Amino acid sequence: MYTQALNDLPTPHNLEDAEKMANFQTRIDSEDRIEANDWMPEAYRRTLVRQISQHAHSEIIGQLPEGAWITRAPSLRRKAALLAKVQDECGHGLYLYAAAETLNASREALMDQLMEGKAKYSSIFNYPTMTWADIGAIGWLVDGAAIMNQIPLCRCSYGPYARAMIRVCKEESFHQRQGFEIMMTLAKGSARQKAMAQDALNRWWWPSLMMFGPPDTDSQHSDQSTRWKIKRFSNDELRQKFVDATVPQAQFLGLTLPDPDLRQDEVTGNWMYGEIDWEEFKQVIAGNGPCNQDRLASRRKAHEEGAWVREAAAAYAARQVSRHAA
Amino acid sequence: MVTNTISVSETPQVLYALRRADDALILGHRLSECCGHAPTLEEDMALANIGLDLIGQARALYALAALREPSLEGGRANTEDTYAYLRDVGQYRNLLLCELPNGDFGRIIMRQFLYSAFIDPYWRAMMKSSDAQLAAIAEKAEKETAYHLRYTSEWVIRLGDGTPKSHDRMQAALEFLWSYTGEMFDTDEAEAMLQAEGMIIDASVIHDGWRTTVQTILDRATLTLPQSAWMQKGGRSGRHSEHLGFLLAEMQQLPRSEPGAVW
Repeated sequence: MYTQALNDLPTPHNLEDAEKMANFQTRIDSEDRIEANDWMPEAYRRTLVRQISQHAHSEIIGQLPEGAWITRAPSLRRKAALLAKVQDECGHGLYLYAAAETLNASREALMDQLMEGKAKYSSIFNYPTMTWADIGAIGWLVDGAAIMNQIPLCRCSYGPYARAMIRVCKEESFHQRQGFEIMMTLAKGSARQKAMAQDALNRWWWPSLMMFGPPDTDSQHSDQSTRWKIKRFSNDELRQKFVDATVPQAQFLGLTLPDPDLRQDEVTGNWMYGEIDWEEFKQVIAGNGPCNQDRLASRRKAHEEGAWVREAAAAYAARQVSRHAA
Repeated sequence: MVTNTISVSETPQVLYALRRADDALILGHRLSECCGHAPTLEEDMALANIGLDLIGQARALYALAALREPSLEGGRANTEDTYAYLRDVGQYRNLLLCELPNGDFGRIIMRQFLYSAFIDPYWRAMMKSSDAQLAAIAEKAEKETAYHLRYTSEWVIRLGDGTPKSHDRMQAALEFLWSYTGEMFDTDEAEAMLQAEGMIIDASVIHDGWRTTVQTILDRATLTLPQSAWMQKGGRSGRHSEHLGFLLAEMQQLPRSEPGAVW
């Protein structure tokens, strides 16, 4: 729908030349926003499609671990809030697929890539939600990490993505407060509830740090993305911001972060964290996380079971058009 | 005293509020099961939306039941959460229709359509209740159910008149659900008392309008109204299908595992 006007444009690489590239970079450098119909280097378009679609996939797959607790939420207030939250994630996915459509990548094609296992999504959603406290930990830590990552994207050079992120960030920050409040309620609750909160923190802390991606020394895409102002901060910078923001929150909750090496640097005030298990990260990204198979199987099942509905809707719509024309 | 079960003093007003609240909660819960699994992202959001509306309606009605229920022993009072999480299957008062398992998207839509075609005019009529709180709940609920009816009507037509396969699935859903529709219009002595006071309407007066709405949409959907006249009932008096127990086991497990805890 968003891409219809773009369908007849010549493919950008035919037009690429040094002058266009220079003009493009000048626009980027002057903080101009690039819009859907503007000329852009093919590599810029590809980078954005990859990033936006991975983000969209993460929202859709991200519905599953939390969705598993909607039917078991322990109060009606929590049930309504969680259902609304998971619905928001679906909305973010929809919004982001629409942003990708402005770059000529259809939702159907992107979703096929996801279901065929060819597309990536955030590693964090391949961990299981074992207890109710996981819903608190996800809101607090995972949404907290997502916000750190996404706030700078509100200034991304590509207009449709930047605008989508403004709305997404508003909702994410609400989710993060909601998650923290669940953790606070548990931390102040019975011994069993407090133990549940600590256990969730133990399991979600390190995967949350991995959400920022590989260390700067290993990051493949960063340099060009930084020049194009798609990315404003490095993985390690964002990770450090997140740790610095989260440590005092854990202290406030009376919970212990599962890192014996965690200490505050006296000079910078930064919280220095221990070694991240990058082997685990690689394995989860490669498809070997505890829930990778389940997540893709759920997504495929929903897609396959919905096929007759989509076919019927298309058939009905086509008939309405022909009836109207007749 | 920390408790893991509750007793409810079911005066006519309390019973009435619980029946309507239980319909909304159980149906909302069923819709919430679809979150993340719908045929398209748009439908995922729409079903969650309807579920959220229904859970919201349930909360308002449970709050009303709690206000109207005479104090329990020791001055304790029930709350929305004790009603939802600490009543057993036999204490639930919802329509059987609302507790039936989802099945495919067609059955989810058909169930919601048959219910919405009843509950929307029902709440509209209840806006004239002599009870100001009930009238206010009805006014808010009706805005929501009008949309639910529109949304599900469109889908019944689209799927009934879509492909041969979707038509067959919708006809099968209708046949499956039909015998659970009669209970919506039932009334009993407790409700007759409230009707006499002008507090509630007689649900049976909704029947003819409901039938017309259903027939109109089914005609456009090229679906056929089932001929069977036999109607199942029992939910209103706590005689449920086997399905509700499983639903409650899942829904209530956590609060029941930690009596008195705050979540």
